[in-house]
Amino acid sequence: MELADLWFCIIATLWLGYLFLEGFDFGVGMLLPVLAEDDTDRRVMVNTIGPVWDGNEVWLLVAGGATFAAFPGWYASLFSSAYLPLLLFVVALIGRGVAFEYRGKVDSDRWRRWWDGVICGASWVAALGVGLVLSWNVLGLPLDARGDRVGSPFAAIGWQTLLGALAVAGFALVHGAVFTALKTDGGLRVRARRLALRVAPVALAPLAALLVIVQLRSGSGWTWVPLVLVLVAAAVALWRLAAGREGQAFSALGVAVAASVVTLFGSLYPDVLPSTLDPANSLTVAGAASSPYTLTVMSWVALFGTPAVLIYQGWTYWVFRKRISRAHIPSVRVP
Amino acid sequence: MDVLQLARWQFGITTVYHFLMVPLTIGLAVLVAVMQTAWVRTGNPKYLRMTKFWGKLLLINFAMGVVTGIVQEFQFGMAWSAYSRFVGDVFGAPLAMEGLVAFFVESTFLGLWIFGWDRLSKRVHLACAWAFSLATIASAYFILAANSWMQHPVGAELVDGRPRLVSIWAVLGNNTALTAIPHTIAGCFAVAGTFLVGIGAWHLWRRRDDDGPVWRASVRLGGWVGAVAFAALAITGDMQGKLMFEQQPMKMAAAEALCHTESPAGFSVFAIGDVGRADCESVKSITVPALLSFLAHNDFSTEVRGVDDLVHQYQEKYGTNYPVDDRLGELSGQPIDYVPNLPVTYWGFRLMIGFGALAALGAVAVLWLTRGQRIPKGKWFPRLALLGIVTPFLANSFGWIFTEMGRQPFVVAPNPSGVDGVWMFTARGVSGLTTGELWTSLITLTLVYGALAVVEVFLIARYMRAGVAGVMPPDEKPDETKTADQLAFAY
Ligand code: HDD
Ligand code: HEM
Ligand code: HEM
Repeated sequence: MELADLWFCIIATLWLGYLFLEGFDFGVGMLLPVLAEDDTDRRVMVNTIGPVWDGNEVWLLVAGGATFAAFPGWYASLFSSAYLPLLLFVVALIGRGVAFEYRGKVDSDRWRRWWDGVICGASWVAALGVGLVLSWNVLGLPLDARGDRVGSPFAAIGWQTLLGALAVAGFALVHGAVFTALKTDGGLRVRARRLALRVAPVALAPLAALLVIVQLRSGSGWTWVPLVLVLVAAAVALWRLAAGREGQAFSALGVAVAASVVTLFGSLYPDVLPSTLDPANSLTVAGAASSPYTLTVMSWVALFGTPAVLIYQGWTYWVFRKRISRAHIPSVRVP
Repeated sequence: MDVLQLARWQFGITTVYHFLMVPLTIGLAVLVAVMQTAWVRTGNPKYLRMTKFWGKLLLINFAMGVVTGIVQEFQFGMAWSAYSRFVGDVFGAPLAMEGLVAFFVESTFLGLWIFGWDRLSKRVHLACAWAFSLATIASAYFILAANSWMQHPVGAELVDGRPRLVSIWAVLGNNTALTAIPHTIAGCFAVAGTFLVGIGAWHLWRRRDDDGPVWRASVRLGGWVGAVAFAALAITGDMQGKLMFEQQPMKMAAAEALCHTESPAGFSVFAIGDVGRADCESVKSITVPALLSFLAHNDFSTEVRGVDDLVHQYQEKYGTNYPVDDRLGELSGQPIDYVPNLPVTYWGFRLMIGFGALAALGAVAVLWLTRGQRIPKGKWFPRLALLGIVTPFLANSFGWIFTEMGRQPFVVAPNPSGVDGVWMFTARGVSGLTTGELWTSLITLTLVYGALAVVEVFLIARYMRAGVAGVMPPDEKPDETKTADQLAFAY
C-alpha cells in the first residue's frame, strides 16, 4: 500500500471516530427537549456528555488538519466550495460549545431555556451540516480544472445531498437516544429506549438510502459487504435494545457507523473529491497527496499519537463510566 | 470591497478575537496548575480556594477559546484555498500535529479536570491539570511554528511551482519560531499576571469577604508573574528585532516608518504627523539616536535600510507588477505595493511595547502598594487595577497586528537568505468565492463574536464579584461537600 492510500484510510478513520463519538453527543443535544421532563433531567443529559464532548469534537479538527497536511487540494477545494454550509456548521459548533459551558452558570430559568434552545438547535444544524458536507464530498462537486467550484454557492445541493444531511441527523438521533439509555437511569432511561425503538426505522432509513445510492453510483463489488453489514448491525442494535441490553445496542450502532464510513469512503476511492463536471477534474488519492516525505513524517506522528489518544480517551470514558441519575445531580449553586 | 479585502478583514477580526482568549487560557492554566500543586503539597485551604476561583474563570474563558479556534482551523480552507493548496505540503504538518498532539490532550484532560474532582485521586487529578496546561503550550508551539514559517520559510524547496517539505526539523526548529514562541508565551503570562493582580486587588480593597489571604496571595503571584513576563518580553522582543532585521528588512523599516536609509539609525519614540505620508518630510519625530541600529544589530552604527531603498530591491527580486490573472481581481496586472501600511506598523509596534510597559508598571506598583499587609484606601486603586487588566490584551493584539500586517503584501514572506522562490502574495492566496459569500460570513461571525463577547464579560464579571464564595462556600471542606451519590461538579 502506498502512503497516500494509508492516509486516505487514516482520514476515513478520523471521520469514523468523529461520527461515532460526536454522533451521540449531537443526538443528546437534539433530544434535549424531547426526552427531558424538567431541568434536572436536562442536567442529567448534558452531564452524560459534559466531560467528553470537546474531546469528541477534536476528531473533526484532526480530520481537517490531517486532510490539510496529507491532501492539501482536497482540503482547499472541499472547504472553499462548501463555504456557506460550513459557515452554518461552524456557527452551530460555536453555539453548542458555549451553551454546554454556560447554561448552568446563572441560576435563571430564562437563561437556561435560552441555552437549551441553542444546544438543541445547534445540534440539529450541526448534524445536518456534517451530513450535507460529507455526502457532498462523496457524491461530487462541480469543480473546474483548478479545483474551484463552478456555479452558485449552493450549486451542489440536490435531493441526494439533502438525503445525506438527513442520514447523519437520523443516525445521530438514534445513537443519542441509545447513548442516553446507556448512561442514565430511571425514567429518562426508559423514555430514551422507547424513543429509540420507535423512531429508528424512520430515522435510519435515509442512511440506508444514501448508502445504496452511493453504492449504485460509484461502489465497487466489495463495498456491498459493508453496506449489508450496516443493515445487519442496525437490526441487531434494535433487537438488543428491545431486550434491554443498551451496551450491546450501542456497540452494534458503532459497527453500523464504521461500516457506513467504509462503504462511503470505499466507494469514493480512488477519488478523494470527484468533480461532477468532468472526471478529469476529480481530485484523486494519488494526484492530491502531499509529498512522500510529508506523508512519512505524518505517519510517524500518527503511529505514536493515535494509540495514545485512544488510550487516554478510553480511560476518560472508563473514569466516567457510571450511569448518571437524578439523584447524582447536585443542587444549583452559582452566584 | 472585493473578496481579497473581505477575506483579510475576516481573518484579522477572527484571529485577533481568538487571541483575546488564547493568552488568558495559556497563562491562567499554568498558574491554576501551580496553585493546585501548592494545595496538594501544603494542604493549605487557601490554595484550594485560589484553584477553584481562578479555575472557574479559566473555564469560562476556555470555552470561548475553543469555539473561536474551530473557526481558525476551518478558515484556511474556506477563505484561503489557493494559499492552502500552495503551502499544504509544509504548513499542514504542524497544524495536523497541533490537533493530534495538543488539542486531544487539552480537551480530554480538561474534561477530566473539571468533572474529576471526586473521581480521581488528588495526584492524578493534579496531573490532569498539568497535562492540560502543558498541552496549551504545545498547541502554541505548533501553531507558532506554522506562523513562523510564513514569516521565514525554511525546510522546503520549490518543486513544480509549489513548496515541498524537505526537513520537518527545520520547520519545527526555525529560529523565527524559537524566538516568537517564548515572546508569545511571555505575552500570555503578562495577561494572566495582570488578570490576577487586577481582580485580586479589587477584592482586597473591598474587604467584603474572609478571603483576604486568597486575594493577597493572588496579587503577589500575579504581580511577580507580570513583572518577570515583561522582562522576558523585552529580551525576546529584542531577539526578534534582530532576526527581523535580517529576515524581513521591510517590516523593520515599516516598524519605524523609516523612509531613507540611516546609518546609524535612531529609534523614533513618538511621531507627530502622518507617518504614512509618501514624502516623509512632514513628520516630526522624537528620536533616540542610534538606538534602532542597536536593536537591529547590537551596535550603535549599523546601517538600517529605509523603505525607499528596499522597494527597489524588492521590485528587482520579486517583480514590479502582479501577473495578469482574473483571480487577482482589481490587482491583476497592477504594480505591486511593497510597503506595508505604515501607520499601522509604526503605531502597532509602539502600542505593543507601550501597553506592555504600562501593564508591567502597574503590576510592580500594586506589588509595592500592597507590600506587608498594606491596602490603599482610595477608590482610584481598584479602578485602575481593573482597568489595567485590559493593557496586556491590547499589547498582544497590537503585537500580532504589527507582525501580520508588516508582512504584507506577502502571505508567505520571502526568505532573503534561504529557499529560492518560496513566497506568496496575499492577493494570490484567497479562495475563488463571491463577495456575497464573504459578506455573509464576515457579518455573521462578527455579530456572533460580538454577542459572545458580551456574554463572556458578563459571566466573568459576575463570578469575579461573587469571589470564592460563588464557587465554594467559606466553610466548605474539601471532600466532604456532598451527599454520597452526588457529583462533585455538574453542569
Ligand atoms: C499562541 C497560541 C495560539 C495561537 C497563535 C492560535 N491558537 Fe488556537 N488555541 C490555542 C492557542 C493558539 C489554545 C491555547 O490552545 C486554545 C485557546 C483556548 C483554548 O481553549 O485552547 C486554542 C484553541 C483552538 C482550537 C480548539 C481546540 C479544542 O477544541 O480544544 C482550534 C481548532 C484552534 N485553536 C486553531 C487555531 C488556528 C488554526 C490558529 C491560527 C490561525 C490558532 N488556533 C491560533
Ligand atoms: C493569534 C494570533 C494572530 C493574530 C492576532 C493574527 C492577526 C492577523 C491579522 C490582523 C491579519 C491581517 C493582515 C492584513 O490583512 O494586513 C492576519 C493575516 C493572516 N494571518 Fe495572522 N494572526 C495571528 C496568528 C496567525 C497564525 C498562527 C497563522 C498561521 C498559522 C496566521 C496566518 C495568517 C494568514 C494566512 C493571514 C492571511 C491573510 C492576510 O494576510 O490578510 N496568523 N493575521
Ligand atoms: C520591550 C518590549 C518589546 C519588544 C522589543 C518587542 C518586539 C517585538 C518584535 C520585534 C516583534 C515582531 C516579530 C516579527 O514579526 O518578526 C514582536 C511581536 C509580537 N509581540 Fe512584542 N515586543 C515587546 C513587548 C511586547 C509585549 C509587552 C507584548 C504583549 C504583552 C508583546 C506581544 C507580541 C506579540 C503577540 C507579537 C506577535 C507574535 C510574534 O511574532 O511573536 N510584545 N514583538
